[in-house]
Amino acid sequence: MSTPLLIALLFLLTATAFEFGRRRALQVAGSEFRTLHSLPRYYGSFTALWCALPALVLLVAWLAFEDKMITNLVVADLPAIYQSLSEPELDLIINDLRNQLAGNVVSRELSPDMQAAAEHYGSLRATSKAALAVVFLSVAMLGMGLAWRKIAPDFWARNRVEAIVKVLLIICSTLAIFTTIGIVLSVLFESIRFFQAVPVFDFLFGLKWSPQTAIREDQVGSSGAFGAVPIFAGTLLISFIAMLVAAPIGLTSAIYLSEYSHPRFRAAAKPLLEILAGIPTVVYGFFAALTVAPLIRDVGTHFGLDVSSESALAAGLVMGIMIIPFISSISDDVINAVPQSLRDGSLALGSTQSEMIRKVVLPAALPGIVGGLLLAISRAIGETMIVVMAAGLAANLTGNPLEAVTTVTVQIVTLLVGDQEFDSPKTLAAFALGLILFLVTLALNVIALYVVRKYREQYE
Amino acid sequence: MMKTAAKIQASLKKRYAAERRFRSYGLVSVAIGLAALLLLFISIIANGYTAFQQTYLKLDVQFDEAIIDPKGTRDPQTLARADYGKLIKKTMRERFPDVKNRRDKRKLYKLVSPGAVFSIQGMVRKDPRLIGTTQTVWVPADDDVDMLIKGYINRDDPESARRLKDKEIAWIDAFAATGSMEKRFNKTFFTAGDSREPELAGIWGAVVGSFYTLLVTLVLSFPVGVAAAVYLQEFAPRNRWTDLIEVNINNLAAVPSIVFGLLGLSVFLNFMALPRSAPLVGGLVLSLMTLPTVIIASRASLQSVPPSIREGALGMGASQMQMVAHHVLPLAMPGMLTGTIIGMSRALGESAPLLMIGMVAFIVNAPEGPLDPSTVLPVQIYLWADTPERAFVERTSAATLVLLGFLVVMNGAAVWLRTRFEQRW
Repeated sequence: MSTPLLIALLFLLTATAFEFGRRRALQVAGSEFRTLHSLPRYYGSFTALWCALPALVLLVAWLAFEDKMITNLVVADLPAIYQSLSEPELDLIINDLRNQLAGNVVSRELSPDMQAAAEHYGSLRATSKAALAVVFLSVAMLGMGLAWRKIAPDFWARNRVEAIVKVLLIICSTLAIFTTIGIVLSVLFESIRFFQAVPVFDFLFGLKWSPQTAIREDQVGSSGAFGAVPIFAGTLLISFIAMLVAAPIGLTSAIYLSEYSHPRFRAAAKPLLEILAGIPTVVYGFFAALTVAPLIRDVGTHFGLDVSSESALAAGLVMGIMIIPFISSISDDVINAVPQSLRDGSLALGSTQSEMIRKVVLPAALPGIVGGLLLAISRAIGETMIVVMAAGLAANLTGNPLEAVTTVTVQIVTLLVGDQEFDSPKTLAAFALGLILFLVTLALNVIALYVVRKYREQYE
Repeated sequence: MMKTAAKIQASLKKRYAAERRFRSYGLVSVAIGLAALLLLFISIIANGYTAFQQTYLKLDVQFDEAIIDPKGTRDPQTLARADYGKLIKKTMRERFPDVKNRRDKRKLYKLVSPGAVFSIQGMVRKDPRLIGTTQTVWVPADDDVDMLIKGYINRDDPESARRLKDKEIAWIDAFAATGSMEKRFNKTFFTAGDSREPELAGIWGAVVGSFYTLLVTLVLSFPVGVAAAVYLQEFAPRNRWTDLIEVNINNLAAVPSIVFGLLGLSVFLNFMALPRSAPLVGGLVLSLMTLPTVIIASRASLQSVPPSIREGALGMGASQMQMVAHHVLPLAMPGMLTGTIIGMSRALGESAPLLMIGMVAFIVNAPEGPLDPSTVLPVQIYLWADTPERAFVERTSAATLVLLGFLVVMNGAAVWLRTRFEQRW
C-alpha cells in the first residue's frame, strides 16, 4: 500500500478511535455518567491520540531508514568481488539496480549476478512495503486498544490529553532551535571538508578567486584559487553603495514623516513607501538589469566614462531603493519612541523644529537608528537576487563602482546551481562562503537586536 | 540684555532658512522614494503590457491526405506521427509562389512559429474528418514577427542590424495587407509551460509549481507556527530555555534567505535524499524561512487578547488548555491569519533558496503533484530575464506583473482580514 493510502487509512482509524473512546466512556459510566472524571470527548481524544501518534512516528522512522537497510542487505548478498569495491563504485551499482527496477535505461549490461541482485532488491522492497502496511496498521490498532482498555470513570482523560498536546506544542516551539542547529551543522560540515583542501588562511586572505578545478591533471590553471578577498571587497562595495543611498533617504524621510508631515500625507506616503519592501527581490533584480544598468551606462558614456554593463553602482543603487523602507520604518519606530517631553522642553527653550530634531531627538534616538542601520547592512550583505541578476561574476578587486564586481551570494549561487559533483572544492567553497555569510549576518543581527532592545528599555 | 535679543534677531533669518532647508530634505527624500517606486512600476508595465497580445497569422491549410495519412487507415499512431510541418511549408509556398531560393524558403517557413505544427496536429487528432479538406487556421507567428508588429524591431535600422531582413518584412507586410495577420489575446502565456520559443512560453507551469510550493509551506508553517506561538506566549515559563528559543526565532527572521537554501541542499537533498527540484523540498525550505514570521505575528496577536478573557475563563473552571483553545485562540485567529498571509506572500516572492535546491531547471510541463520537478513564478522570471531574445523581455515583465498581482491580492486579503475581524480592546 502506498504511503498516502496508509495515512488516509490512519485518518479513518483515528476517527473511529475517537468515537469508540467516547462510547466506551459513556458505557463504563453507565447511568452514573456524573462519575466520569472528564467529558466523554476527552476519552475519545485520548484514544484517538494513542491510535495516531505511535503509528505516525513509526511511519516516519520506517521511511527514513528503509532505503539504507535494504541497500545494506542487498550489498551484503552481492558476490564477494563487489564487496571489496569502494563506496562510489558501490553507489553506481546500486543506482544501476534501481534503474533496472524502475524500468529505466541502465548504463551497462547487467551480469547474471546483478540481475539476481536486482530481483533480490525488488523483492526486499516489496516485502518492506507489505511489512510496513501490516506493522503500521497493527500499531495503530494496538494503540487504540490499549487506550480503550484504560478507560474507566476515574481515569483522568483530560489531563492526559492536555499533557500530550502540551508536549506537541513544546516540540513545535523547539523547531527554531533545530533549524539553527541544522543551518550551522550543514554549512559547518561542508566548510570543514573545504578547509581540508584549502587552508583557512588562504581562503580568508587570498587575493585571487578563480574556483576552477582540474578535470585532467595537466590542465592549465588547474589548481584553482580560492582567495575570497575580492568577493568580500565586492560585497562590501555594493552594500556600501546601497547604504549610501538608503541611509540618508530612509532616515530623512522617516524624520519628515514623523515630525513634519500632515497626518493625511503620512497616511498616504508611508504605506506607499512600504510597498517597496513588499516587492520581490527578483523584480528588483530584473529592474536593475533592464532599466537601471543601461541608464547608468548611457549616462556614463555621455560623460565619457567607461561603465561596465554589470556595474556595482547599478546593483547597489537598486539594492538601496529596496532597503529604504526598511530603514525608514525602523527609524520611524525609534523616533516615535523618544518621549514628547524632550521635544517640548527643547521647543520651549526657543529652538526651531529642525534644531530640536537635530540636537535632541536624533541624539536620543541614535542607538536605535544605529541598530536599524546594522540590520539594514546585514540585509544588504545577504541579498541575493539583485546582485545575481545585476552584478557580475568576475572577482575584481576594485573600489571603482563603475566596474563589475561579484559578491558572496552571487558566488554561492553560481557555484551551486547546475549539476556538479558534490565533493569538489568548487562546490564546497560555496558552503564556506555560506558559513562566512551566516556568521557575519548573525553577528550584525545579534548586535543590532541587543542595541535596539537596550535602547527601548531606556525610555520605558 | 538687549545685546542678546539683537543677536537672536540677527540670527533668526539664518535659522529659519536652515529650518526650511532641513524640511525640504525630508520632502525630497520621500519624493525620491516614491519616484523610485513609480519608475519601477512604469518600466515594468511599459515593457510588459504588450506580452498579453500575440501576433497570429491566418493560413489556409490544405489537410493533404497524401502527407498526413497516405494509407488512409486513420490510425491514431499515424496521425500523431505525420509530418504536419510539411503542410505548413506547403501553405506558405503556395502563398508566396515567387520564392524559389532554398535559403529564402527556409526564412519564409520561419515566419510561422514552430508551435503551429502542434496546433494543426491537435486539430487533426481531435477530428480526423478534416483530412482532405482545406481549413482556415490562425497560428501563432514567430517571435521576430511579433516583435516587428509591436514595434520593437525598427524598420529604419540598416538591414544588417535587424533580425528581420527586407524580404521577410515584405512578406510580413503582405500578410498584414490581406488582413491575414492580427494581434490577439495571448492565451498561450497563461496556459503553457516554459519553452525555448518565446511565442510558446507561458507561466502556467510556474504558477502550478508556486501553488504546490506554497501549499506545502502553508500546511507546515501555519500549524507549527501557531503551536509554537501558543506555547511560548501562554505556557512557557520564563527561563533560559525559552529565552534561547526566542533569540533563535528573532535571529532566524534575519538570516539571509540563501542560507536556508544551503540548509535545504545539504539536509533535504543530500542527507534525506528527497527529489531535486520538487515543490515538496521548496515548501520545506520556505516553511523554515517563514516560520519565524508566523510565530512573531501569532505571538503579537495572542498578546493583544486582554487578560480579562483568560481570567474569566479560568474563573469559570476551565483548564489552561481549555482557556486557550476555546477563548484565546479564536480571538487571536484573525491576527494569526494576517501574519500567515504576509509570510506566505513573502514566500511567494522568494527565489534565492529555491535556486539552491534545483528549482531552476527548464521544465516544460506543469507539475502534477508536489514531488514532480517544477519551477516557481519568481524563478521563472529569473530564468527568462537571462535569455537574450527580445520577446522574452516583455514576457518577463508580464510574468512580473502577474506575480505582483498575486502579491497585491494576498496583501489585500491580509488588510481586509485585519480591518474586518481585528478587535481592539
